[in-house]
Amino acid sequence: MKKSKAFWVFSALALVIYAVVQGLISSGIIDLYYQNILVQMCINIMLAVSLHIVIGITGQFSIGHAGFMAVGAYFSAIATMKLGLPLPVGLALGAGVAALAGLLVGLPTLRLKGDYLAIATLGFAEIIRIIFLNVDYVGGAAGMVVTNMTTWTYAFAGVVITIIVISNFTNSRHGRGAISIREDEIAADAMGINTTYYKVVAFTIGSLFAGLAGAIYAHNFFIIQPTTFNFLKSFDILIYVVLGGLGSLSGSVIAAIFLTMVTAFLANFPETRMIIYSLVLILVMLYRPTGLMGTKEITSLFKFGKKGGTKP
Amino acid sequence: MLKVNNIDVFYGNIHALKDVSLEVNEGEIVTLIGANGAGKSTLLKTLSGLLKPKKGEVLYQSQQIGGKAAQTIVKNGISHVPEGRRVFSTMSVEENLELGAYLRHDRDGVKKDMANVYDLFPILGERRKQPSGTLSGGEQQMLAMGRALMAKPKLLLLDEPSMGLAPLIVKRIFEIIKMVNEQGTTVLLVEQNANMALSIANRAYVIETGKIVLSGTAKELQESEQVKAAYLGGL
Repeated sequence: MKKSKAFWVFSALALVIYAVVQGLISSGIIDLYYQNILVQMCINIMLAVSLHIVIGITGQFSIGHAGFMAVGAYFSAIATMKLGLPLPVGLALGAGVAALAGLLVGLPTLRLKGDYLAIATLGFAEIIRIIFLNVDYVGGAAGMVVTNMTTWTYAFAGVVITIIVISNFTNSRHGRGAISIREDEIAADAMGINTTYYKVVAFTIGSLFAGLAGAIYAHNFFIIQPTTFNFLKSFDILIYVVLGGLGSLSGSVIAAIFLTMVTAFLANFPETRMIIYSLVLILVMLYRPTGLMGTKEITSLFKFGKKGGTKP
Repeated sequence: MLKVNNIDVFYGNIHALKDVSLEVNEGEIVTLIGANGAGKSTLLKTLSGLLKPKKGEVLYQSQQIGGKAAQTIVKNGISHVPEGRRVFSTMSVEENLELGAYLRHDRDGVKKDMANVYDLFPILGERRKQPSGTLSGGEQQMLAMGRALMAKPKLLLLDEPSMGLAPLIVKRIFEIIKMVNEQGTTVLLVEQNANMALSIANRAYVIETGKIVLSGTAKELQESEQVKAAYLGGL
């Protein structure tokens, strides 16, 4: 009952946002430049939320997320450019192959913990990138030319689907299992929770949506190159999740929006851009060490009056 | 109910348990006492499936469970309260208890057992919406035990429930262990606090550097000179 209410509120909110932005676009108030920023924002939200399920929910420290984004980007581009398939099929294919890649990478690496897992996932992401770098079919280092086909509608739909699926997973029985792994893996094991299974499932879902984000990205920028998907991109995504607050979905969304806006704004100051960006990060972490939202969700902000000592 | 026959367990190259055998009968409280590093926790982890024995067999209700996955063992009715409590600290007390019943699908039974846990530990009922990380050590221990009971175990494995707790709380915890046992749950209790453990147990084993060196009824061990000197302090 309560959950479905949240779902409808979210859907209504999403519709309103979509209608308003779409209206502004068709009336010409939002020009191409801002439209592009909006699409970029959507892609970043998808990336942040898809990594949130791996790091924030399941507590598995993966820093190879750009690798799965690359898989989604390249395979969707192959589908639309080389095979001539329509864009939705390309997006689905990119996401699907990325999920498969996530499964294959996750199975062996998720036995590792903490730093070791981080290094292994980073390694796998680099392997994926190097493979694309050396395959001439997708253009090698020069990259692959992709027609611009993404619209704000595709990007926003991607965000809505990502958030709905991942928040449903989190609130389900499976999500509880995944959170218990983050809290204490040994205790989760002792409760009879199949920890390996949930780690792999969360990792695969995360990879799926990273792939979808990559696919949308590929069809937005005219060209995709392996260097775009290097480890710095993985760190960018990691920063969204940490800055938003580990374990908070709304936190990752807010951080992704915030940092995309900061980046877009700083494009006017190319020389000092990275200095200011880093300063913003340092300041946020100093004053909000648990991230913008901590582990709370934005919905809990509206519940204050109702809480309090309930007795059994 | 549980019969362990000559198991050997390793951590990499370290031989942690050497040819260990022990038996727990239905309805008993059996305690395993020993010093730090003797292999007490290792034995419990092996029983609950967190570690795999290299040799030997673990028979539970005449079924071989050694080396089976933890979730299979929990499903069969063995529940483990790990050392150091390990509550899910950002989750509320109630959510912790719900996770204890993770493998169960009988909603009504779960509800009933939760009420029973709140009866056993009234303080948990008062704090059911509170994040469990904010509970005191003793309350967390109670929560860890309650969580394990939510799986409706036939055999409860308790790993050092007295660790780091004030004597008064320890006394309370042991009273509850006794009550849980009287409600029909068999208990295997690992302890360093030998006095306390022997006072509630039916039988006991003493483990030293991976080997069982003594066993008998709790009474026998309480009176044994060897145990007195090594674990009970003073002669």
